[in-house]
Amino acid sequence: MALVDDLGRALERTPGGGIILTSLDAVMDWSRGHSLWSMPMGTACCAMELIAASFARFDFDRHGTIPRADPRHADVMVVAGTITRKMAPAVKRLYEQMPDPKWVIAMGNCAVSGGIFYYDTYSVVRGVDEFLPVDVYIAGCPPRPESLQDAVLRLREKIRAESIAPGRSRPAKLVLPSPTDPRAGGVATADDGSGEG
Amino acid sequence: MTGQAEACGVDAHLLQTGDELVVNIGPSHPSTHGVCRVIVHLDGEIVTHAEPVIGHLHRGIEKMAENRTYLQVVPLTDRLDYVGSMYANWAYCRAVERLAGIRVPERAEYIRVVMCELQRIASHMMSIGSTGADTGATSAFIYAFNQREQVVDLFEAVCGARLTYNYVRPGGVSFDLPDGWIEQCRAFTRSHPSAMVEIDKLLFGNVIARQRLKGIGVLPAEEAIARGVTGPAARGSGVDWDLRRDDSYSVYPRVDFEIPLGENGDAYDRGRVRLWECVESCRIIDQALAQIEEGPIKAEGLPRLLAPRPGEAYDHIESARGSLGVYLVSDGSVRPYRMHVRSPAFQNLSVLGYLAEGHTLSDLVVILGSLDPVFGEVDR
Ligand code: SF4
Repeated sequence: MALVDDLGRALERTPGGGIILTSLDAVMDWSRGHSLWSMPMGTACCAMELIAASFARFDFDRHGTIPRADPRHADVMVVAGTITRKMAPAVKRLYEQMPDPKWVIAMGNCAVSGGIFYYDTYSVVRGVDEFLPVDVYIAGCPPRPESLQDAVLRLREKIRAESIAPGRSRPAKLVLPSPTDPRAGGVATADDGSGEG
Repeated sequence: MTGQAEACGVDAHLLQTGDELVVNIGPSHPSTHGVCRVIVHLDGEIVTHAEPVIGHLHRGIEKMAENRTYLQVVPLTDRLDYVGSMYANWAYCRAVERLAGIRVPERAEYIRVVMCELQRIASHMMSIGSTGADTGATSAFIYAFNQREQVVDLFEAVCGARLTYNYVRPGGVSFDLPDGWIEQCRAFTRSHPSAMVEIDKLLFGNVIARQRLKGIGVLPAEEAIARGVTGPAARGSGVDWDLRRDDSYSVYPRVDFEIPLGENGDAYDRGRVRLWECVESCRIIDQALAQIEEGPIKAEGLPRLLAPRPGEAYDHIESARGSLGVYLVSDGSVRPYRMHVRSPAFQNLSVLGYLAEGHTLSDLVVILGSLDPVFGEVDR
C-alpha cells in the first residue's frame, strides 16, 4: 500500500500527472470494487444469513465476493452478529490483520447498534462502530441475504469515489437512494470516507 | 509466541516443556461453528488435552428476561438457538403455559409440531452440511443448504421471517397457516426423503468422508448418559432416549414415528442419525397435516399482560440438539422473576475434551462439528 500511496502522491505533484492519476484510479477502483473478498466475521444469528448468501440461491460469488476465513486474504470484513465485550478484542485484532485497503460492513442490528441487546444487558458492545470504521450499515434482525448483496454493491459505489492519492477523492457519484427507492429503508451508506485505506 | 499465549490466557510455562505445543483455535475460526475458542495441547499432531472456552457470545438473555414481560421474552428466545429458533420459542411457551395454567387449542399444537419438525430438518441440514464442509466436501453443504432454503421458504410463508420467527406464543401460535401452505409443505415432505438418500450416498457413502468420520470421537453409551449428553449426539451412541416418545408432549402420542439409533457412537453415526431423523420428521409432518382440523390457534381469553401466580415451572422438549428445558420462576408480577435455560448444546459441548483426546487436530474439528453446538445457546 505504501508504494501505491507514494505513487499517488508523486503523480499529484507532477504536472499533468492528474490525468494519469485519474485513469489509474479508475482501474484501481474498478478492480478493487469487483473482487471484494470478504472476511465473514459471523458471530451469531446473522451468520446464518451470511452463509445463506454465499450458497446456491443467492450466489455471492457472482459479485466477486468470495468468503475467505483468513483476514490476510480479505478486503472487506462483514461483521454479522452480536459482538460481546469478550469478543470485541478478537474482532479488532482480526481487522488489524487485514491488509489495506479494507472496508467494513456492519450486518444486522446487533452490529449496527446492539439491536435487541441494546437495553438491559451488561455484556454486549452497542454497535461494532464503537471500535471499527464501518462503511456500510445493513439494518434487519437478521437482514435478508439480498440486503447483504445490496450492501456490497453500495460499497462498490463508495469505492468508486476513492483515489489512490491520500486525501483526494474522485468526483464520482455516490448514489444515495431517493426516498421512494425501496432500498432507502434497508441500507444506508456512510459517506465519511473512513474506509479509505 | 509467549507473549501472544499470555494475551490469550494460556500459561506460558506449558510452552516451555518442549514436547507439548499449545494451540489456540478460535474464537474466530471457520470450523468452530460460531465463536468458540478451543485451547488444544498437542503432542506432535495428537491432541493430549482440549478445552473449550465459551462465553464469547454471552448476551445475558436470561438476565434480560427478568426485565421483559412474558410475551416480550419470546423474541429473545429466538436468539438462543438461532439455527432452530422454533424450539426455544416452544420450550419457553410451554413453561409459561404450565406456570399460568393455559390450555392450548389443538390446532395450535398440531401447527407447533409441524413447525418444529420442519425446524429439525432445517437445523440438521445445517449440521450435516457443515460435517461435509469440515471433511472437505463442500458440495454436500450446498445440497443440504438447498433443502434448508426450502424449509425456510415455508417458514417465511407462515410468519414472514427467515430465521428469527417469534412464532410460537404463550397460548398458541401467532398466525394461522396461509392458504395453500399445506400443499406446499406436502410437496416438500414428498421430495425431501429422496434428497436425504442422495445426501447419504454423496456424503456418508463417500470413501473420504467415511475415513474422516468413522471411528472418530467415539462416545460410549454409558459416558453419554453420565455426562448428560442428549439428542442425536447421544442417539448416535445407541442411547434410546427421545423426549418426543419418552416424555411425550403435545400431540406426539398420536403420531407414529421411529427413533433412529447409531451403534458405534462416532462422528459418522451421529451424522447419519441426524440424516434419518429428517426422514422421520417428514413422516411426522405428513401425519400431523392429515390429522389437523380447523379451529382456533390461540387460547381464548388470555390477558394482554400475563401475570401468573407465584410459583415455578420447568418444561422441556426435544430440540434438534437434545433436551431443551426452560425453568421459570414467577413472583406474581408481569415479568419472570428468573428464567433459566437448560441448553443441550452446552451439555453436549462439555464432552469435547473427552472425545478429542488421542485424535489428531484435524479430527478435533470433525468432532466439534458432530456435536453440533450452537453458541447462542451454549453461552446464552
Ligand atoms: S441482528 Fe438479530 S439476527 Fe442478527 S445477530 Fe443480532 S439478534 Fe441475531
